[in-house]
Amino acid sequence: MTVDPAGAVADAHRREWAAVLAATVRVTRDLDLAEECVQEAYAQALTAWRDGVPARPGAWLTTAARRRALDAHRRAAVAERALPLLVVDDVAPEPWGPPDDLLALLFTCCHPALTAEARVALTLRLLGGLSTAEIARAFLVSEPTMAARLTRAKKKIAAAGVPFRVPGPAEMPRRLGTVLAVVHLVLTTGHTAPTGAGLVRHDLLDRAHDLARLLRSRFPGDADVAGLLALVLLTDARRATRVGADGGLVLLADQDRSRWDTGMIDEGRALVRGALTARPVRRYAVLAAVAAVHAEAPTFDDTDWTEIVGLYDVVLARWPSPVVALNRAVAVGFAEGPAAGLAALDALTDEPRLAGYGYLAAARGELLRRVGRHREAREALEEAVLLTANDVERELLAGRLDALG
Amino acid sequence: MGRYLILLYEDESCWAAVGQQETEAILAAHGRFREAHGDVLRGGGWLHPTATATCVRGPGGGGNADAEGFAAGEDALVTDGPYAETKEALGGFYLAEVPDLDSALALAREVPAPFGGVEVRPLRET
Repeated sequence: MTVDPAGAVADAHRREWAAVLAATVRVTRDLDLAEECVQEAYAQALTAWRDGVPARPGAWLTTAARRRALDAHRRAAVAERALPLLVVDDVAPEPWGPPDDLLALLFTCCHPALTAEARVALTLRLLGGLSTAEIARAFLVSEPTMAARLTRAKKKIAAAGVPFRVPGPAEMPRRLGTVLAVVHLVLTTGHTAPTGAGLVRHDLLDRAHDLARLLRSRFPGDADVAGLLALVLLTDARRATRVGADGGLVLLADQDRSRWDTGMIDEGRALVRGALTARPVRRYAVLAAVAAVHAEAPTFDDTDWTEIVGLYDVVLARWPSPVVALNRAVAVGFAEGPAAGLAALDALTDEPRLAGYGYLAAARGELLRRVGRHREAREALEEAVLLTANDVERELLAGRLDALG
Repeated sequence: MGRYLILLYEDESCWAAVGQQETEAILAAHGRFREAHGDVLRGGGWLHPTATATCVRGPGGGGNADAEGFAAGEDALVTDGPYAETKEALGGFYLAEVPDLDSALALAREVPAPFGGVEVRPLRET
């Protein structure tokens, strides 16, 4: 009996892409060649799996991709190489078992010698299996620009000798921090897409989920890793309720909390409880705790805003950030009233890193409206409309402007 | 294995301002660095300040007047001084042969450069 294997291949692409690619990189020692071989293996699966999907699709794909890689190597053995081969250790340096190719690929993509933009783009391409066009759209650049960024990053990895390896214990804390920042950026970019018609980029949120789970499986004792997975779960638990039937943005205050994913919330809360006990306090644990306070409130009016302000104070004391300060000011606006929120916000209006940041103008507009300064509220909201490139967010702001009359 | 040039970029005015005792202390730190990593270091040097530099700039750079496309007899321009006035200038270098960039960066972290920092550049293997 023959079946149409397209669904199984798509499913394997979603689940196995990163592991198959990572195992193939070890053979090719060349990121581009590995990508080609893996793509060909998936194409081969479309016909080969007509007679039945293998019991372990990932193993089948890895074998197929590696076979192609060995053929390509034999062909290339005589040809001149433009770039040196990737530095891959011959023996497993990790004392606890076989080399962890998937983790090595992640740490290679997130190497500090690459720019922050390149790290996240490479991670989405090589571990997330996203196309160049999809990544370009997520970061407001053209497809050729993103293609050039990916090519430049791969070239630097090869030419500068960025190793394909899980860092040793001495380097690990610093290197893990870089990886966590990349996953956090994938989460925030997916949560509210910076551009386009949809509010949420489901592909990015799914990848943030996978990456956070991968890290949790490899670093079960790390409180930042636990905090980041909790943040992903507690944020993602609201995914279905953030967009209304008409495609419009539904604010936290108006979301149907009975439709929040309680499984994700329970798992996230348990992770937060554990992560918060770590000393010194960890940034992602506290950020996840903020999300947990929201998740625990039965209604918006029950939200413990004083607790949220306190958690933001903990973050700001150790890791000052204008964006966190803005979130804190909004929380103050609920905990102590809009006048207090405005005062907290005023301290941020000269912050150069928030210039051109639409959320500052939007938050100001909302607080000004609540204190009855409608003319200034209108100006702030008009500014916010100009600064957002997401259609769904712009729609919401336009609605608020109309409501001001 | 790869070869990496570790370039020391430091504020020359700081070097000019420090006394002999501190200069000797920094040089001693370099001595200790070289001793600790003699197995991977392939060379190095300490440069005179940029005020001693002379630039040779031909049409096309490097005084390469014979290269294709240049008018016959057009000579390279020799001028005093570095290309650009920058606060931090190249003051020295090490050449190291190590397995990968992580090893090169680990080495670079130990290079004494109290008045600036270092840049790590892979060498092309031809």
